[in-house]
Amino acid sequence: MRRRLRDFELDVVFQAGDEPLAVLGPSGSGKTMLLRAIAGLERPDAGKISLNGRAVYDSSRRLRVPTRERRIGMLFQNFSLFPHKTARENIAFGLPGLSAEERERRIADAAQKVHVSGLESRFPRELSGGEQQRVALARALAIHPEALLLDEALTGLDTHLRNQIEHQLEETFASFGRPVLFVTHNMEEAYRLCRRMIVLVGGRVAASGATEEIFRHPPTVEVARLTGCKNFSRVRVVSETVVEALDWNVTLTVPRISAAPPKFVGIRAHHIRFVEAGGDARAENNVFPCRLARSSETPFRITLFLQTETAGASDSEFQLQAEVFKEKWERFKSIPPPWHVLLSPESLLLFPD
Amino acid sequence: MDWSPLWISLATSLSATAITLVLGLIAAVWRENRTGPAMAVADGFLLLPLVLPPTVVGFLLLLVAGRNGPLGRLFEHFGTVVVFSWPATVIAASIVSFPLMYLTARAALEQVDPYLLEAARTLGANEWRVFREVSLPLAWPGVLAGVVLSFARALGEFGATLMVAGDIPGRTETIPIAIYFAVESGEMRRAFLWCGIDLGISLFLLAALYRWTQSRSPWRARWAR
Repeated sequence: MRRRLRDFELDVVFQAGDEPLAVLGPSGSGKTMLLRAIAGLERPDAGKISLNGRAVYDSSRRLRVPTRERRIGMLFQNFSLFPHKTARENIAFGLPGLSAEERERRIADAAQKVHVSGLESRFPRELSGGEQQRVALARALAIHPEALLLDEALTGLDTHLRNQIEHQLEETFASFGRPVLFVTHNMEEAYRLCRRMIVLVGGRVAASGATEEIFRHPPTVEVARLTGCKNFSRVRVVSETVVEALDWNVTLTVPRISAAPPKFVGIRAHHIRFVEAGGDARAENNVFPCRLARSSETPFRITLFLQTETAGASDSEFQLQAEVFKEKWERFKSIPPPWHVLLSPESLLLFPD
Repeated sequence: MDWSPLWISLATSLSATAITLVLGLIAAVWRENRTGPAMAVADGFLLLPLVLPPTVVGFLLLLVAGRNGPLGRLFEHFGTVVVFSWPATVIAASIVSFPLMYLTARAALEQVDPYLLEAARTLGANEWRVFREVSLPLAWPGVLAGVVLSFARALGEFGATLMVAGDIPGRTETIPIAIYFAVESGEMRRAFLWCGIDLGISLFLLAALYRWTQSRSPWRARWAR
């Protein structure tokens, strides 16, 4: 499917099976537009969209099924419950034309599935954020949709609520049995809720496949960044197993380069290890002395911004960003600098572009 | 005492308000989500009665709907004459009050969260149902304000009405026209009386508007809590 956006073109080809699929991308990557096109709320410029084998958009056949006939369960970022209707009326909105009993059954069924039974007579304003989200989910499920599309469903919820709703979604996804597209910019949500994902960058699919695999071997720098990798450097290939990391001013031993020569190297912040400087640590491969430029603490972890000893005066303030548990940090901080860090070859990520 | 101006005024204003409510809503919905220079021109035409002096509106109406005008001939073909008859007062009042209805209805509809309309569409609702069950109920307070404004404007209509409907006692003589001719012929008592009645109606309208804005539908009331 293709669609021109203000600054770029959304151009994606993918297929979602009956397993929930995460669509991860930074804001402005076209992920919301993608959902809207599937729901028929936006018109693509060209391409094809089919839902469980039924074509709903095909530019070559000038086919465009209107939104109301697509039976898409959509969850909007701000819930979009009708404020003038009760929870019950909201859930019933998508069920006109059914017999009274069938409608009752569907409402009760949907309400019970998302644990909002008993709240049916309340107006959205009388519901908490989590309850509103649940009612919105019930409303979407009640129409027995062909697919469930969620647009940043957890964004804007506080942490406690987010956990609650995340648990709810997990439950719903597991029993739904039809395609689910979970759009998010949060890598952790994507990882926790979906075993498969696609990564959108600049309107294109930058990675797709098993979520775990993408996190372990991100194919590009952009994907690595989106999956939380903090450290990158340009590299110059010296030999099959040695590269020079230009931005870190170090020479690294890497696993044998088999594919295209890498242009960048990366390492996740928590993969950087501190090693005892004693003995022949210096002689070991990929161990470098460095000093602390600054640090930033969270309750249990500390992020250390490190400057390699080999860095020149013109280089940036820090070269590496490491993340360690505070307990570990407490032990190291008493040792006089420089400290030695190990960038173990197995943890290094190499990118051809 | 001839009470006919009161009944004529009320009948004219009510009919005109009903017409502008329907036409104003249609125009506002039609105009929604449309942009471009053509729309600016359309807006210009729709709002013209608001800025033109009513006598100009009346004069133009006379040209179009009069015996020699294109619309007038059409009417004559069907054996009726519109000018200087009661329907002419309704037409004049509808035209001058239309922009108020159109503007308030449009503003009220634009206030409605577009995601709610999209949510309704994904739930299978056609455009008519989206309008009837989502847009209109949510825009209703604003639309109601437009109704009151239009009614007030129609009730006070003088210039255009006089041009196209004239002053035929018992048929086209509304309160403002009755006041004008009462003063002109020196019947000051009659003029005072009608002014008093007009004042009464206006105060009643303002009170009604106030009550409407104060009273809330259940979901609004609970929302405020």
